[in-house]
Amino acid sequence: MKRRTLAALATLALSAACQPALAQTPPKTLKVVAHADLKILDPTFTTAYISRNFGYMVYDTLFAQDANGKPQPQMAEKYTSSKDGKQWSFTLRPGLKFSDGAAVTSADAIASLQRWAARDSIGRAMVAGGAEWKAVDARTFTLTLAEPFGLVLEGLAKPSSFPPVILPERLAKMPATAPLPEVIGSGPFIFKRDEWVPGNKTVFVRNPNYVARSEPPSGLAGSKKTTFDRVEWLYLPDANSAIAALKRGEVDLVEQVPPDYIAPLRTDPGVKIGSGGTYQGFLVMNHLLPPFNNPKVRQALLQAVSQERIVAAMGYPLDMRMAYCQTYFICGSPNDTAAGAEPYRKADVAKAKKMLADAGYKGEKVTILVPSDVTYLNAEALMAAQTMRSIGMNVDAQTMDWASIGARRAKRDAPEAGGWNMYVTVAGEFDVNSPITNAYLSAACGNTLPGWPCDKPLDELRNAWLKETVPAKRREILDAFQARAYEAVPYINAGQYSAAFAARASLKGTDKLWAGMPTVWMLDK
Amino acid sequence: MGYILRRFLSTLPVMAVVAVVVFLLIHLSPGDPAALIAGDLASVEDIEKLRAALGLNLPLWQQFAIWLGKLFTGDLGTSIFTQVPVAQLLAQRLEPTVSIAVLTMALTLVLAVPLGTLAAYRAGSWIDRLVMLFAVLAFSVPVFLVGYLLIYAFAIQLPWFPVQGYVHFSDGPGDWLHGLVLPCVNLALVYIALVTRMTRATVLEVLHEDYIRTARAKGLGVLPVLGHALRNAAIPIATTVGVGIALLIGGVVVTETVFAIPGVGRLVIDSVQRHDYPVIQSVLLLSAGVYVLINLLIDLSYRLFDPRIQY
Repeated sequence: MKRRTLAALATLALSAACQPALAQTPPKTLKVVAHADLKILDPTFTTAYISRNFGYMVYDTLFAQDANGKPQPQMAEKYTSSKDGKQWSFTLRPGLKFSDGAAVTSADAIASLQRWAARDSIGRAMVAGGAEWKAVDARTFTLTLAEPFGLVLEGLAKPSSFPPVILPERLAKMPATAPLPEVIGSGPFIFKRDEWVPGNKTVFVRNPNYVARSEPPSGLAGSKKTTFDRVEWLYLPDANSAIAALKRGEVDLVEQVPPDYIAPLRTDPGVKIGSGGTYQGFLVMNHLLPPFNNPKVRQALLQAVSQERIVAAMGYPLDMRMAYCQTYFICGSPNDTAAGAEPYRKADVAKAKKMLADAGYKGEKVTILVPSDVTYLNAEALMAAQTMRSIGMNVDAQTMDWASIGARRAKRDAPEAGGWNMYVTVAGEFDVNSPITNAYLSAACGNTLPGWPCDKPLDELRNAWLKETVPAKRREILDAFQARAYEAVPYINAGQYSAAFAARASLKGTDKLWAGMPTVWMLDK
Repeated sequence: MGYILRRFLSTLPVMAVVAVVVFLLIHLSPGDPAALIAGDLASVEDIEKLRAALGLNLPLWQQFAIWLGKLFTGDLGTSIFTQVPVAQLLAQRLEPTVSIAVLTMALTLVLAVPLGTLAAYRAGSWIDRLVMLFAVLAFSVPVFLVGYLLIYAFAIQLPWFPVQGYVHFSDGPGDWLHGLVLPCVNLALVYIALVTRMTRATVLEVLHEDYIRTARAKGLGVLPVLGHALRNAAIPIATTVGVGIALLIGGVVVTETVFAIPGVGRLVIDSVQRHDYPVIQSVLLLSAGVYVLINLLIDLSYRLFDPRIQY
């Protein structure tokens, strides 16, 4: 009897021990090494790409760009517009809910779009064009414009910095001067704040309230229904460790691989490399101070710049960089044009020297800010300095960390008093590829962009392009805009390249990743 | 007890000086967190608005007064970037760092003291030369290089340990220990080298003392003799170990970066790069506090080794 009781107890204990193991199926998890540490949880508060990517995980948008760059309805079920393009009506899809279970209404959409318009360049242009939003009922609302505006759908589907994400009204109405205190969206994932370790890990779980579209995913449009229960963004600042973790299968995807690692990873059968989005290098000049307050000096430098040498110095292999891109708007994009580029097609140092002399350059010191802590920007800045020296400019290269450059580039003073003449940066395709998203190119006088580019004809052409709704005429204006940009040289295009991602060979769907966005709902394993 | 209280009170001015120096140093260094938050493509106007919203446009003395006022109420402030309370950030980061520190020092004590004693006892022999060669190598090779070699050998070629990450103790002591093996071995090599050399030198010195000669002459065995010697050599060893623990708690940046351990060291570096003032101030203040506390504990421990010491 005693033995039987013991046996029964032992069986019970064993089955109890086994029970949790049987019940707990590990969640299907995707582990991604993010390109940067997530710091700000509000994509309408910063232009940082990591916050934009965060936005697409937890929020949805009224419209979204597909893989062909066309705006498609996303949260919108349908829309109409008047012939003159001034009256618009939008209807939300039925059943849309935020992650807290509340229904998405017209009031939420309107408040969110107003918040977005206060920050974003297209949104501001819409406000300047007299945009007024009005709710018709819980799912339908209207937009009325005082004058024609050619970019309504493009604006509402804007994929990059400051995407027009839809938030609950109470959050959207909070001041835009501080980041949002809560993360509640209607996107495919929910942010797990309790598991967030800034500087290390960001965790998302599938949003049970997400209502997917019926169309297959394309770009940022279509269904975002995911097969993953959980997505972890890891921040591994050491590239060696990130690559080792990928090789060992501890992570599934490294969002951006430093250029030096691309070639060796291509020989690894367990890993595949793909394009992580197109970028353009920027040489930003201070238009307030000599010598770059003289457009002829800017043209002379433009004549000397070899895009190929700069992007090669940044370390990208041949097939991931362009030898020369004639457009300011990303080669291969819908706004690609050669207008005005011909004289600068080939870097010509001798001609540039002569142009510099003709411009009246008297050997003024040119202070370039060289970042020490961002490898690719360091290479870009050193190449820019070398190019300036090659045409006889008196270059003073000052090395500092990126945070210091961030502070210094805001100063209008002379370099001796803490100012500057040039700094370098890069921008992703969506912040470059049109006269309005490319803020530096628009050169609106009175702007507060570091460098303070100002060219009235360029600004007028930009406004004309914005208002024009006939495609052929818009194209003509675009060509005229770029031709003028090559005369005014608001900044210098330092070359175009593709960043690279690396994934486990077994990860499915990586071929659908688009424009450097970690659209993880496309993936499976 | 009076000594402890006196020592504790004497740390307060030190902490005050540290607070002022840290505040001034980081606020006077170039760099603007608002510009970093706003992003590369932000306008000067946007950055200025952000500076005002974050209170970074206030005069320095006012910012210091606000920080100090909060500190006195036990509020370490909020990270400028993540808007997460600094106390919460520190709580997240302390467990990995303390885990590394404790395991590293345990490994060090277990290996370094016997190795150093053995080397001293067999001074001049091939054992001594071998131990010293190991100590020189372990101390000279850069930590990051050893880290990469460990990853290559024991995570890639022999997939025994994970490359990166930290598992909390509460999520499973086995996984916790498994994940800490490589980072702790990586760090312990340096400390083993240091403590081995220190132990060898001090034990060797003690072994030449008269009372050891007397003990030997009386026919005492090897182990009791070494026991005598070690007790008398313990003070410098304890000092080295104590300072080592303080350094480890202060943050071991390279190892934490190579093995992606979210510890205090990486928090400091990330915060310095971003000019996240409230975090830097609090972490440096905490580090200073740990140094002071550990120094106090080292001083108190001397009495254990040498009863002649009176406070």
